[in-house]
Amino acid sequence: MTVIATESLSKRYPRVTALDRLTVDVTPGVTGLVGANGAGKSTLIKILLGLSPATEGRARVLGLDVATDGAEIRGLVGYMPEHDCLPPDVSATEFVVHMARMSGLPPTAARERTADTLRHVGLYEERYRPMGGYSTGMKQRVKLAQALVHDPKLVLLDEPTNGLDPAGRDEMLGLIRRVHTDFGISVLVTSHLLGELERTSDHIVVIDGGKLLRASSTSEFTQATASLAVEVTDREHDLLAMLDAAGLTVQASGHLLLVDIADDGTYDLVRDAVAQLGVGLARMEQRRHRIAELFTDETDETDETDAGDGAGTTPAAAGTAQEGDGRDAA
Amino acid sequence: MTQPDVAAVPGPPPAAPGASPTDVIHNIGYREYEGPRLGRAYARKSLFSQSLRGAYGLGRSAKSKVLPMILLGAMCAPALIMVAVTVFTHMTHLPVAYTRYAVILQAVITLFVASQAPQSVSRDLRFKTTPLYFSRPIERIDYVAAKFAALATALFLLTALPLLILYVGALLAKLDFGDQTAGFAKGLVSVVLLSLLFAGIGLVIAAVTPRRGFGVAAIIAVFVISYGAVSSVQGVAASQENYDVIGWLGLFSPITLIDGFQTWFLGAQSAFPEASGPPNAGAGLVYLLILLGVVAACFGLLMRRYRKVGLS
Repeated sequence: MTVIATESLSKRYPRVTALDRLTVDVTPGVTGLVGANGAGKSTLIKILLGLSPATEGRARVLGLDVATDGAEIRGLVGYMPEHDCLPPDVSATEFVVHMARMSGLPPTAARERTADTLRHVGLYEERYRPMGGYSTGMKQRVKLAQALVHDPKLVLLDEPTNGLDPAGRDEMLGLIRRVHTDFGISVLVTSHLLGELERTSDHIVVIDGGKLLRASSTSEFTQATASLAVEVTDREHDLLAMLDAAGLTVQASGHLLLVDIADDGTYDLVRDAVAQLGVGLARMEQRRHRIAELFTDETDETDETDAGDGAGTTPAAAGTAQEGDGRDAA
Repeated sequence: MTQPDVAAVPGPPPAAPGASPTDVIHNIGYREYEGPRLGRAYARKSLFSQSLRGAYGLGRSAKSKVLPMILLGAMCAPALIMVAVTVFTHMTHLPVAYTRYAVILQAVITLFVASQAPQSVSRDLRFKTTPLYFSRPIERIDYVAAKFAALATALFLLTALPLLILYVGALLAKLDFGDQTAGFAKGLVSVVLLSLLFAGIGLVIAAVTPRRGFGVAAIIAVFVISYGAVSSVQGVAASQENYDVIGWLGLFSPITLIDGFQTWFLGAQSAFPEASGPPNAGAGLVYLLILLGVVAACFGLLMRRYRKVGLS
């Protein structure tokens, strides 16, 4: 069973080719769609919702043809746009109830589902207040709620972490994960950052310039990729030696030590070594792939590409590789 | 924050040590929706009723109820006064004809369109809510039809309510039932067309800009300037005793278009100078065709406007 299947899907505008013979199958679960801005992510979503005809090729969503069954697809799919889309002078409850009715839910069901869904996305008392006063994180939750309120079979989330701070980002990603694990709804989530989708997604599809660059399960990406960035207040050379002696692969990169994570014991070894030296541990975080590495297509050589933000050789096509996707490991 | 989906139901106060725990945690997990999905027609109706209520500020903040309610009051107050005068002075007819009422109070109607048409469509554009509509089962024509019908209905309520007051008052004053009913019916036909025309023009202008203020100003400008231009040129024509020209000039502003139409088709007395409505049957027909044509054109323009809106 595939949730989304495209077959040499192309979309050409007079001046640009937004999608170029894209053939991809998306299976149930959480699928990350990664690409730089302008890679064709939004165009793909528009076509999948049956709102923009493909120039050539075919696409099926939940077994329905986008060219002919657009309305039916839109009844079964939820969509969360990238941009702000909430009127500031209505409350989240009123807004989501209205959107539920627009999806065909009878009035009573619309109210019940709105209350449930807002609670699931973590909006409580605030939901009766006008949305103009909401934080970005709360707005993103309402946007997600309106996409989920009619219990779709699939949701398309366009850059749901945009504008969120790191903590809000993690919460949103956790929420997206739950949309699949707890609610049983398949998710297609776009981002221009591979790193943040790695943890959330079962599958990753990478497109660039409207072409499929790579599609595979997340485990293939994460294999042998994890390394630990360690920053200590002093004596990093002694630490390097100690960790080396303990049998870990360690590289120095400026102030940072990059330690390959062999297993969970690695964290303990680093901690113990730092404690033994009696220095302060300023930072210990997992380093992950950045989108740049996908273009080199050498997943094993993570040490090189991870070596420092900006210092690494960045292929021209990966101009958007932004910010180290490190996250606190513990 | 991913709060777990548990609602702790407060159990009885902590039991004595040794007693089995009685606190229960109900896991209100995700529930699938098995109920009916009512589809396009229902969604269109929901959008219609939401927009209609919105035109009177219902379901919106208290502040947004103020203006439409004041305007509704301003529309009805003269009718109440006229009814009171008719009843207490034992007049034999209403001081103002049903068909004339909206023409006299056109400023109030214009203000209503100018404030509520942008409220209805500019907001969706400005806050980019339209993509949420178009990512749902409704199509472009459903959105346009619902918004058009909602504003036209709101205007109809605004213009028909005072007529109803006049009618009920006239019957209370024991005026001739047949005359009054016929006049009331003609008045209703007139305000139905007026509502469609004003709603169409207002929405087309409002849908151009996501800025509400611009929309309000532009609509007032179009209605006031066109009416001002038409009536001043009509005044010049009247002073030259060029009555046919007066009749034709009415085609060029919304309210005079309605006036000319009802003068010819509903036997109303024209509000034009010297009461010179459309000069002949041909002109009367032109009034009707232009009126319907403008309404249709507005619908078409709105459809075109939303063709490109899509998801972004």
